[in-house]
Amino acid sequence: MATLKAIRRRVSSVRNIQQITKAMKMISAARLRRAQEAAFAARPYAGKLEEVLQNLAQSQTLAHPLLTAREEHNIDLVFITSDRGLCGGFNANLIRTAETFIREHRAQKVTLSLVGRRGFDYFKRRPVTIVEQHINLFGRLTAALAHEIGTRMSQRFLNGETDAVYILYARFRSALVQVPTIDRILPVIAKERSVTDVPLEYVYEPEPQTLLASLLARYIDMLIYRAMLESVASEHGARMTAMDNATNNAVDMIERLTLDMNRARQAGITRELLEIVSTGEALK
Amino acid sequence: MAETLLLRVVTPERLVLDEEVDEVTAPGTLGEFGVLPNHVTFLSSLQPGRLSYKRGGQVHILATSSGFAEVKDNVMTVLADSAEFASEINVERARAALQAAEESLRTLAAMDAAFSEVLAARQRAQVRIEVASAGVGINR
Repeated sequence: MATLKAIRRRVSSVRNIQQITKAMKMISAARLRRAQEAAFAARPYAGKLEEVLQNLAQSQTLAHPLLTAREEHNIDLVFITSDRGLCGGFNANLIRTAETFIREHRAQKVTLSLVGRRGFDYFKRRPVTIVEQHINLFGRLTAALAHEIGTRMSQRFLNGETDAVYILYARFRSALVQVPTIDRILPVIAKERSVTDVPLEYVYEPEPQTLLASLLARYIDMLIYRAMLESVASEHGARMTAMDNATNNAVDMIERLTLDMNRARQAGITRELLEIVSTGEALK
Repeated sequence: MAETLLLRVVTPERLVLDEEVDEVTAPGTLGEFGVLPNHVTFLSSLQPGRLSYKRGGQVHILATSSGFAEVKDNVMTVLADSAEFASEINVERARAALQAAEESLRTLAAMDAAFSEVLAARQRAQVRIEVASAGVGINR
């Protein structure tokens, strides 16, 4: 059995770890709330933009290169992970999903665009093409970054460097559940016009074709931005849960160690008593 | 016939405004346009500029960057990358952005890919400074 001193040292080190995990949990809880608010605040914009785009696509018979599907030979995957670890299986689950995606598209050439250091660290040593990476942002995923990625992806699609663009991110369900999700960004598929929908007659300024082009660009940026917001919320949710578990484990461990410590102390006392008694006996 | 129209300004970050107003003037890419209640169904793109609206005889202004405006069923929805009241504008930052844009414009040729982005940045900064100085006293 470990000595009393060694056990005491372990208890105090576990207690220190517990304090850190507890603090991290609380920070994540605060950040999670903010991230959720941000994701919530983006909803009206996203909903309206989608509605306007659908209205335009349905009331006019418009063609646009970004709306045209073609055979998928080259595929781009925008992959969003976190920069920091200590968030349970968050990044591992995402990476596994990415690996599965790449395996499923073995016949095609998959090119990655990475957001977040964890995904980059994993894929940089592996035989995949990485077109760009955005690392060490620590959750400051902005609309400007979404625009940058959106512009790059649209350009690659229009140049024929890629035939489809997907995005992989953790969709936020709750603090306990984050679902790795793959959405298609490009080509944008307009909904079929339903028979009951009366097409709205709009007055357009400038002409519909120009409007459609700029609407599409914004729509793509918005899809990426929304995925980023979801991912940030998911990361904090995952970290909060992981740190909560760690704190509970530390409590259990301290309890067990305290028992060991008491037992060791009692053993020491018993041994000393025995020694005194047997010495007394021997002297008789 | 409705007397007012609902003006809704949304950006990716937040819902900026959701109010009944009497009249709106918006910076369309083909020129400024006004919207009164019972306007025809209308869709236009916007350039960075000054969005103003009248409510109860008072004029309020916002600095918006590029986006879209849709008018439908007496509701005007403005989708902009950003929209701020004069009191929310960081003039220092706008000045710095303006200067940075001016500087890079000197080195860029009109053919460069970044040229139009820088032009847009300059316009956004100019609009912000303009609205911030004009808006004092009449914004909420």
